Formats: sequence, C-alpha cells, structure tokens
Amino acid sequence: MDRKDFLRNTAMGMGAFMIPRSMLHATPIEVEAALNGGMDVAIKKQLADVALAAAKAKGATYTDVRIGRYLNQFVITRETRVQNVANTESFGVGIRVIANGSWGFASSNNVTKEGVARTAERAVAVAKANAKILDNPVQLAPQKGYGEVSWKTPIEKNAFEVPVKEKVDLLLAANAVAMKGGVNFVNSAILAVNEQKYFASSDGSYIDQDIHRMFPNFNLIKIDVATGKFESVKSLSSPVGMGYEYLNADPTQKLGGVVTRYKNRYDMMEDIANATESVKQKIKAKSVEPGKYDLILDPSHLMLTIHESVAHPTELDRVLGYEANYAGTSFLTLDKLNTKKFNFGSKIVNIVADKKQYGSLGAVGYDDEGVGTKKWDIIKDGILVNFQAIRDQAHMLGMKESHGCCYAQSWNDVQFQRMPNISLEPGKEKLSVDDLIKNVEKGIYIIGDGSFSIDQQRYNFQFGGQTFYEVKNGKIVGMLKDVAYQSNTQEFWNSCSAIADESDYRMGGAFNDGKGQPGQSNAVSHGSSTTRFNGVNVINTARKI
Amino acid sequence: MAILNKAQAEQLLKKVLAFSKADECEINLSGSEGGNIRYARNAVSTSGGVSRSSLVVSSAYGKKLGVATINEFDDASLEKVVRRSEELAKLAPENPEFMSFLGPQQYKESATYVPATAAIDPKLRADAVATSLKIAKENKLIAAGFMENSAGFSAMMNSHGLFAYNTSTGVDFNVTLRTEDGKGSGYASKSYNDVSKLNVDNLTKVAAFKAAGSATAKALEPGKYTVILEPAASVVLLENLFFAMDARQADEGRSFLSKPGGKTKLGEKLVDDKVTIYSDPQHPEMPTATWSGDGRPQERMSWINKGVVDNLYYSRYWANKKNAKPIPSPDGIIMEGTEASLEDLIKGTEKGILVTRLWYIRSVDPQTLLLTGLTRDGTFYIENGKIKHPVKNFRFNESPVIMLNNLDALGKPERCVSGESGLSALIPPMRIRDFTFSSLSDAV
Repeated sequence: MDRKDFLRNTAMGMGAFMIPRSMLHATPIEVEAALNGGMDVAIKKQLADVALAAAKAKGATYTDVRIGRYLNQFVITRETRVQNVANTESFGVGIRVIANGSWGFASSNNVTKEGVARTAERAVAVAKANAKILDNPVQLAPQKGYGEVSWKTPIEKNAFEVPVKEKVDLLLAANAVAMKGGVNFVNSAILAVNEQKYFASSDGSYIDQDIHRMFPNFNLIKIDVATGKFESVKSLSSPVGMGYEYLNADPTQKLGGVVTRYKNRYDMMEDIANATESVKQKIKAKSVEPGKYDLILDPSHLMLTIHESVAHPTELDRVLGYEANYAGTSFLTLDKLNTKKFNFGSKIVNIVADKKQYGSLGAVGYDDEGVGTKKWDIIKDGILVNFQAIRDQAHMLGMKESHGCCYAQSWNDVQFQRMPNISLEPGKEKLSVDDLIKNVEKGIYIIGDGSFSIDQQRYNFQFGGQTFYEVKNGKIVGMLKDVAYQSNTQEFWNSCSAIADESDYRMGGAFNDGKGQPGQSNAVSHGSSTTRFNGVNVINTARKI
Repeated sequence: MAILNKAQAEQLLKKVLAFSKADECEINLSGSEGGNIRYARNAVSTSGGVSRSSLVVSSAYGKKLGVATINEFDDASLEKVVRRSEELAKLAPENPEFMSFLGPQQYKESATYVPATAAIDPKLRADAVATSLKIAKENKLIAAGFMENSAGFSAMMNSHGLFAYNTSTGVDFNVTLRTEDGKGSGYASKSYNDVSKLNVDNLTKVAAFKAAGSATAKALEPGKYTVILEPAASVVLLENLFFAMDARQADEGRSFLSKPGGKTKLGEKLVDDKVTIYSDPQHPEMPTATWSGDGRPQERMSWINKGVVDNLYYSRYWANKKNAKPIPSPDGIIMEGTEASLEDLIKGTEKGILVTRLWYIRSVDPQTLLLTGLTRDGTFYIENGKIKHPVKNFRFNESPVIMLNNLDALGKPERCVSGESGLSALIPPMRIRDFTFSSLSDAV
C-alpha cells in the first residue's frame, strides 16, 4: 500500500482510516452540491467528440477522453466530538493519445469545447515530443467500440444522500459504547466515494459510469495506567464497493466464532462492543513465544497478505521493470510464467483476478481505457498461469486483448495498469474454521490486519495483525500479543494446507494501493475464506526502550 | 494562475477578505507550476506538466467553522467561495477544539526560492534523463528513474491582521540502475531547492557503482551487526521518531514518549549524548518555510539536545490547554555530526555492514517505535576497515530509540530525502552497534 499516505495518516493520527492524499486535497463542496447530477451525459458526449476530432486533426491515431467528477465525503470523530466533516469535489478532463507511435497525455479543469480541444492538442504535442526518443512504438491491443453504454455500482442507498447528522449520530453512539466499556481513546469515521466517469475513445465507445464505495471504521486504544503500556484494536469492517446499505446489520451476513465477523453487511454497534472487550483482553494477553506455528488466517487479515505477496508481484509492469525505481520489480518473471510449471503455492491454491465481483472496491463495468471487465486465473492449482495486463501490454503476453485493469485515480492523472481484485478461491471441500483449528497442535488464529512490510521483489515479508488467539491441541486457549510472522512468498503459499469452504468467504480491501511516479492510489478488494498455513516463523515484537 | 508576487497576493487576499461577514475569516492562497519525466527499461515512459492553484477560505462563527475552496479568481467566484464557507460554518457542529485565528506575526524572509530552479523547462529534464541513460547504457546497466520540479508561492491573510507570503522551488531526482542479469542494483536520490546543486551525472554514477558492486552478493546469517547507515538509509528510521514527537500523543499516554501515570519523557535523556537534532528554516544547506500552514512562525528549534528530549510539537489547541508554547512541527530535520567522511567510518570498522538504503519501513509497535523494513540497492560487508564484498539483503526489526542508544560514531551531515515520506533532512552517516537483522531476503 502507499507509503506516503501511510506516514501522513499515521502522523495525523488517522492510521486506521488510510485515506489517500489525493482525496484529502480535492476541493471541498457543500453536501447539496454532491447530490446534483453534474454535467449532462449528452453534453459530455459533445465535448468528447470535440476532443476526439481535435486530436485526430493534429495527427493522433488513437484518442481516449475521460471526463471525471470525483466526490468524497469524510465524517471523522474522536470520543465525544466531531473532528471533521468534509465534502470534496474534483472535476475535469484527461485526454490520452497515440501520435507518431508514442503516448501523450494532458488534462484540464476547463471542460468547455475550447478547453477540451486545446487539451487534446497539448496531448498530441506531448506524444510527438516523446516520439523523438522512442525505440518501440506503442502496440495497442484491439478493442471494439461499445457505442453508448452505462454502468452503475449496484447500490441500494447512496451514501451521499444520507444526512451527515445520521452518520455523526452513528459514530458518536459507537464511540460512547467503547468509552463506557473502558477504552481510553476511540477514533471513528465514515468515508464515502463516488466516481462519475465518462469515457469516450476513437474506437467508438461512449461509456458513462457511476461508481460508489464506502468505508465505516474505528480504532480503539486501551492504556494500562500502571505500566504505561497501550494496545489498539480496529474495526472488522471493510472498505466496500457498496452504498450505505453496508451499514444495515443483517444476521444472515454474520459469522460467529471467537468474535463476530461480517460479510456483505456490517454491524458497527456490535463490532465496537466486541472490539472493546478484545482490546481489554489484548492488553493483558500473554506475549508470544517465538517459533514455528501453524497459522489460521481470517480473511480480514489474509487480504493484506494476498495484496502484498500475490497481487503486487503479478502486475505486469513490475514484472517488466517499469516500477524498478519506486515500487520495485517482481520475483515472478515472464520465464517463470512461460514454463507453465512454476509452483507458486500448494495444489489447493487457486487465485483469481476479478473486476466484476459484487461489493468489491475494484468492480466496474469498463476500465479506464474502455475495456469491458472480466475474471481470469492468476494461480491455478498452485501454478502461475497469468499476470495482469492492459492494452499496450497484452502483446507482451501473447494475448489479443487486455485484461481490463487500467485505472487512473483522477481525471488529471494518466491511466496505467493497476491491480484488479485478486482473491483466493474458497476450498472445494466442506470445511469450517473449527475444522481448520481442530487438528492444530501449536498454532495462532489471527484476525484483522496490522503492520506489513515486504521487499521490492516480493519474496520476504512480515505481517502483524489485530487480535491473536493461541491454539493448543485443536482448541483456542487464550489471546496472545506481540505477534508478527515472517516468510518467503513461495514458501508461504506452498505451506497452505487447508482453506475453509465458500460459506466463510469474505472480502477485505484498501483505498490506498500505491504505485507510479508521481504516485497514484487505487482501491482494491481481496477475498478469501479462512486459510491455514503450516509451520510459519513467528517472532516476538516486544522491546524495551 | 501565474505565480503571484507578494503585492499581488496581498491585493487578492484583501479583496477576498472584504467579502467576509463571519466572526472570523482566514484565507490561504497557493499556486505552483512544474513538470516531471519518468523513465524505465532505458527509455522515457511518461512525462507531463503540472499546474495547480487553490484558494481556501475558512469562516468561523463562534466555534463553528466552515471551509470552502475554489480555483477560479474572478470577483463573482471569490465572493461565492466566501459565502459558501459562511453557509457551511452556520451548518457545522461546534468544534470544542477550534482556536480563534492568530493575529499579526513576524516572519523572517525564507530562502526557499531559487530562480534557476523555477526556470527548469522540459528540455532540461529531457537532457538530464539523456545524461543518465547514457551512463546506464555505457555501463551495460538498465535504468529506471524520475525527475520532478516545481516552483510556487503560498500566502495567507486573516481578519485579525495576519499576512504571510512565501515562494519556494524544488527539484527531485532519483534513479535505480540494475545489472542486465538482475543480480545487482544501485540507487541514488537527491532533493534540492536549488537545481545548480543537482548533479544527475554524479548521482547516476553512484547508482551505477552500487549496481555493479552489488551483483555478487553473498548471504550472511541474520543477527546483530555493527552497521554503517548512509544518510538515505537512516532518514527513513529517524523520521519515524520525529513524526512521533507530538506532545498530545505523549500526554495522552499513547506514544513512545509516554510514561506511566500520565507523564512524558520531555526533558529526559532518551538517546546517546552524541545525538543532537534540531530544525532551522534559515539553514543555508536546507532552507524551509518560515511559517506553518496556520500562520505560526517557524523558528530554529532544538528537539533532542545531547540525547535529551528538548521540545515536542503542539497543536495550538493542545498548547493552550497545557499552557505550553505552541511549537509547530517543522518541515525538515537536521542532525549534528562530525567532520569524518563515510570512508573514515568504514576505515574505523573492524567488522560491519554498510547499508545504503532501507525500504518499506513500517511501524510494528508504536510504544517502542519498533520498525521493520529491508535493505535494498547495495548492502556491503566491511572487514578490517575495508569493503570486502556485497551481501544479500536483510529484513531488520529495530527501534530508532534503541539504535540511537547504540550509536558508535557519526560522520559529516549531508542533505538527503526520505524515499518513504519525501521529508528532506541533513543527517550524518552513522555507525551503530548491535543493529538487529531478523531474516534474509532474496530480493535484488
């Protein structure tokens, strides 16, 4: 995930919220303005046609136009008070062209006929300048035009239509539960996102999309006054590609067990009561004995391990070296893919990329270069079978079409390859979490994600978590603390010994998947069922200063 | 919007302020222009121009605050943004932590604007990249890099008579060179206000030297080692200590500076006597802004003096509540050193490891500031005062507090930039005893 956002959010005391900087820097607007429809789609088409014609007239052989309106709302509280309520808006146009075989890009917030024509011309000028130092012309995978089409996130209740007061009341009521339960500090927030994106290209597509995402969350801190020690526990909610209906508690979307976990509906009041008990238990918990343990990882935790160790190393731009100076390269190479035998994980490991999955952050109808989205295999029966590629990369994998995973964080950033939702398929056998635990002699059951770090080629990683339950002889015997595990990606996924069935499947996600220079944030989900990994190295993170 | 001079900015801000009907009003105005170029696989991949401007109006009625922004500057738009901020303030819940805006302040002139940097054009960027690519190709290495520059101004004014204005420029360059077989990698990075200090040729050569020199890395067992950290490596650890020097977090008991019973370590010995860290907006090697975003003057400030925690930074609200001086967090950190060179430190090392870059730094435990991360782009074994051979990368688990207690020697400070946060710092190379490497990585 994005490092600068992480540092900034941590410094602002918002570590749990992980709000990308691009959102914080957008223009504040009033609530009502977020609800008007913005520019009419017929006008967007007219403007797009102006841009397409202007680029073509200057010599572009391909053009795409993105007219985007990006809305965010933050409601942020601590303990008994509201810290911030902000609505932000960003509106403008980004135009990308191919001229003389090279890409060119320009953007503007002047979304008029004159403005878009001038922006198109600037994009062509950039392309022609870049073409002078170009070795290999861009090879764009063909893409049929879709004509005039639209897509909308299937929401039941637009989060922007819910009054701020209702959100504030929910957060302050949740905070009160935690404070009454004896925690020392509580931060909570609701973040809502709406991307209104209009895409047109010289292939003949005019695509209007209305994309919604939201994230309710909290973080609790308990201090032991006598020792000065403190511990934190955060919410088990996920950022989701849904509307406000995510907050409609639904018993059929809950999973029992050591603590209640949530599928497509979240119960904030219940979760904060549970987390209050968890943080009090955590501060008194036994410090872990380092050594080898079987790890049983809840989807709320495993999502981050999947993100870092599977989703990033299978990005084709990293594989090829385009990110060598920043995010890094990948231990996975074209050679390893081409052998069709590279043993990424154990035979039960099946990992898919999916840009259509309901409720996910990455779900869209079409990507940001006009390709209809799809689902494809990345790891099949433990073997590496594919990467993530967009239109100008498809030929490098011998493919005739893009995977449809091109994305730009805003109209003023150029689109590039970003990870789709990457998820571990549930186990095919009927298997519950209890089944996963019952044969474990010495293990740790981890719920929630914590500290995370991985090397620039994605071999060596270290992950913490939120709550850690000690498993002895098939039973949960109590809570542990100071736990982190270290492993090597290939070794780790080959130690995968059991995956719970579909009934346990859930998604986690992040708004701040970072890549590129200048950096851009991407929102992405990772699903799995609870999964067991045998014999993983656990370290103790307690120190004295 | 063009970059406004002081008189133009003042005139515009006065015009905006004249529209205000709120109890209090404060306006922040900024604009910048710049560009970037990115290259990878020995060819330019993307480039672009960036122009930004923003006018932020904060209006307050009592403790109710509303904020609105606009990037159009005609009179109607300026009045509209003031009215909108006032409407938002009337609707906002009371914020008990709201502090009335500051009155007039005295600021020193800042030295953050360099005309030569403001004059950087696409050709200069392209020429720099061509220089870097030439060195890469001559050495049979594969280059990926990024150069970015900007010039801008910021100004603020409020209804209590405060006015502040500043201009600044910046240029960043970073490059990674890798051997064709992928076994060696080297990195160099610098950030300056003044482009005349940027030597792309030299930086690319440093990265090339490290790439070629790291290709035959041998594995050493993880464990505790004496390490020499180059400034680009130590800055990413020290900034985590620095970012956590917030008084409120310490007072509230949720910081590495908290003590049992609600006390803090302010005024106490925290690290080795050799550690002195301060900030100084007027430092000739690293000038920074002379005022913070809320109008507080940025002055020379001691943070750690001979190992003792000298000052913490405060929000205005928390300083008022604690009856403390409202010291803002600074824009850059400076650590004192000696006249010794990096080579001198290596010469004085019997057995140790030279770390040139650390990466993917994450907090593991905020109460001890335990961090994890990895070495990257050139790590070397030192024996009897000489670099013997490159070593494979390590993961470390270490706290900067423990590390600065195990400080053995310091060299001459040099300007560096954090690869994690972008923070600029003047930091010496340092030799540390018993630095904890917890596992090996195969990554190059």
